[in-house]
Amino acid sequence: MQVNESAKQFKPTIVAFCCNWCSYAGADLAGTNRLNYPADVKIIRVPCSCRVNPMFILRAFQRGADGVILCGCHPGDCHYTTGNYYARRRMTLLFSMLDYLGIEKERTRVEWVSAAEGAKFAATMNEFVETIVRLGENKRLGDLRCKQ
Amino acid sequence: MQAMMIARAKELLESGAVDRVLGWKTGEFVYDVTPAVFTSAEELDAGFVYDEFCGPNLSKYLISESRKGGKVLAFLKPCDTYSFNQLLKEHRILRENVYVIGVACEGKTDGEMLKAAGIKGITGIRSEGGSLVADTLYGEKTVKKADVLHERCLCCKSKKHVVYDELIGEEGEPDPGCGRFDMVEKIEAMTADERFAFWRGELSRCIRCNACRNVCPACSCEKCVFDNDASGIAQKAAADDFEENMFHIIRAFHVAGRCTDCGECSRVCPQHIPLHLLNRKFIHDINRFYGEYQAGEDTDSRAPLNTYSTGDVEPSIVYEKGGNR
Amino acid sequence: MQKLSLEKLGGFFAAIAEKAALYLPVDNAAGQAQYQRWSEGAVLSSALNTVRSAKDFFFPQTENLVDFKLKGKTIEITDPRTEQEDFVVFGVRACDARSFSILDKVFLADPVDGYYKARREHGTIVTLACTEPEETCFCQSFGIDPAEPAGDVSCWKTGTDLFLRANTEKGEALLSSLSALLEEADEAPVRAQQEATREILKKLPLAAFTTESFGGDVLKKVFDSEKWAELSQSCLGCGTCTFVCPTCQCYDIRDFDTGHGVRRFRCWDSCMYSDFTRMAHGNPRLTQKERFRQRFMHKLVYFPANNNGEYGCVGCGRCLAKCPIHMNIVKVAKTLEGELK
Repeated sequence: MQVNESAKQFKPTIVAFCCNWCSYAGADLAGTNRLNYPADVKIIRVPCSCRVNPMFILRAFQRGADGVILCGCHPGDCHYTTGNYYARRRMTLLFSMLDYLGIEKERTRVEWVSAAEGAKFAATMNEFVETIVRLGENKRLGDLRCKQ
Repeated sequence: MQAMMIARAKELLESGAVDRVLGWKTGEFVYDVTPAVFTSAEELDAGFVYDEFCGPNLSKYLISESRKGGKVLAFLKPCDTYSFNQLLKEHRILRENVYVIGVACEGKTDGEMLKAAGIKGITGIRSEGGSLVADTLYGEKTVKKADVLHERCLCCKSKKHVVYDELIGEEGEPDPGCGRFDMVEKIEAMTADERFAFWRGELSRCIRCNACRNVCPACSCEKCVFDNDASGIAQKAAADDFEENMFHIIRAFHVAGRCTDCGECSRVCPQHIPLHLLNRKFIHDINRFYGEYQAGEDTDSRAPLNTYSTGDVEPSIVYEKGGNR
Repeated sequence: MQKLSLEKLGGFFAAIAEKAALYLPVDNAAGQAQYQRWSEGAVLSSALNTVRSAKDFFFPQTENLVDFKLKGKTIEITDPRTEQEDFVVFGVRACDARSFSILDKVFLADPVDGYYKARREHGTIVTLACTEPEETCFCQSFGIDPAEPAGDVSCWKTGTDLFLRANTEKGEALLSSLSALLEEADEAPVRAQQEATREILKKLPLAAFTTESFGGDVLKKVFDSEKWAELSQSCLGCGTCTFVCPTCQCYDIRDFDTGHGVRRFRCWDSCMYSDFTRMAHGNPRLTQKERFRQRFMHKLVYFPANNNGEYGCVGCGRCLAKCPIHMNIVKVAKTLEGELK
């Protein structure tokens, strides 16, 4: 399912932090299987989901992202054994704080995608982009100076 | 109480058990106490004070004091002892160089709280039972202590000293039902738009004076990420809304799980922003998601963000709980 | 002297706001006064003073200086300033009004700071005399009379009326544009209020505070005093004092990468910060003691030495009220005075 590419439609910018071992490979698998997902998703490869600092999430929003999603290995299957456990705690607390400040909670998400789950990756991205299109542009956590 | 503290401090100085005392020093007006180090009995007699205005948390000064050689006597209120323990856990304070005397506390206030209660032009203040009587340029004014205590004292989480070498006054108890998360839950129950408006209103007053960060015992990094040009997020002033939000979200996050809820951040904010509500939100979340945890209660448990459980909640729990859409 | 009934104050503000942006102290959500742009229904705060001083209007906390954009091999430079609109600040107290002359000595000296100058030229200051000074006030120690504030227009607010007097051409222009609302007034009520205020001033705890001992050749003695160590002991290095101070004027210039260019801006800086005077070779002020000493030496010794004895402090008392650990210029001066006797 493709997001409508008509000029009037809001084109969101999504940043996806993908861990190298599982979710990035999952994204590759989606590609090799020719599963469509929107080009609005910009993938940033990190060695592990716990490499992601809360500051990265905020910076992504500052620089124009309308939605940020963190993808990692399934808990218990982290390539580095325990990284995603820490990431899970960190992101839960961070997203809860963003919600507390009134930032729409659907703008942030964590999804565990394994290297074999190309379909899940594509489906997740499609769903996420649809949600963000519905929510609209990020106005609450954006930085006007970074707007073109 | 003050007399007992001065007497004991003098004894310890005299015997050589300690060579300096960290306490509070009297100021120009009764309410402007300053944390200070006293090195002699004369200095103690001249300036040491312990009263309702001794709000400053002394534990952070011990980071540098405990490394100056010799031994320092520190008077710590119950909330201060939690910060002390937390700093011990993080190896910031050298325990063997500090002699801790726990002192009881009935709640503190300061000049700002008195001004907020409409008392100004203060020329003198005295304590009379449960009230403070102020001589002012505009007449004598009396106020009940309970009405001017700091917010953190109104919902004091514990009167227990979690660490001490000796105690002056009674040992207290923790108070789990103090209601310190009531306001957090009230904000959580608002709609997202209301929350956004609330926090924009509060955080837009921030002047980035950094008092909250510099007074916080948990913020003891030698080089703060906001002062470090290499971090990419160094900022001296918040140039816009985003930077205002960012500083506070990141600061609260950096102390999450290590914040002992001493309330100093809110006490020192010149713009009276209720910063404790950000820190308490993290504490409340940690309590609900990962089990009751009080930073500083002991020195061997791992901080919640330094550990994990294989059965932790998923981040999607944020979608399920929280206020209306 | 002219006057206006307080009942007509709203209309007065509305009339000013028609021709210029009007700012006045209003109580904010935290119950403290802050300068806000006037809009219908805004109520003038009855607080003694605002938390942030009026220097914000001429020296804002952040100010964009220049924008750069890379276009191929050329750099496009844009001046981001928009046309400076005229503005009026109402309710400035005598202390803050004096601070402008101190800031002028810094920013309007050669080379002139164009950003500051533009704001100064377009701003009209309407001061309001104090009637209930507080224990933290010590403007008298610097020759400031809170009952007779400077400014383009000076005002006195009694129980029923607002009295106004123009002091400069700008003030004359403002009052004549509002002449329909004002009427000639007898000065007697103003004199009476001033007398009452001056009586209270005599009773202020800091009425006798003086910086006299700092006049003369005391630089070395003060600088070398051993008291600095104990004075700076509990200083957190936060910067609150410098940000609420109406005369502090240190700033930093930084570049922000917007992703599609660079925005160069200036922002308030503080001598309390750890990177104060940090240079490529290192930092001559390594500990808080040196930075703390520098702040007070600047206000009490260096600035007056370079400016005909005018101290770098106006006695507004904000640092007394807002320092998290209650250290302030009065405590410093009193402690050091002992050294100078």
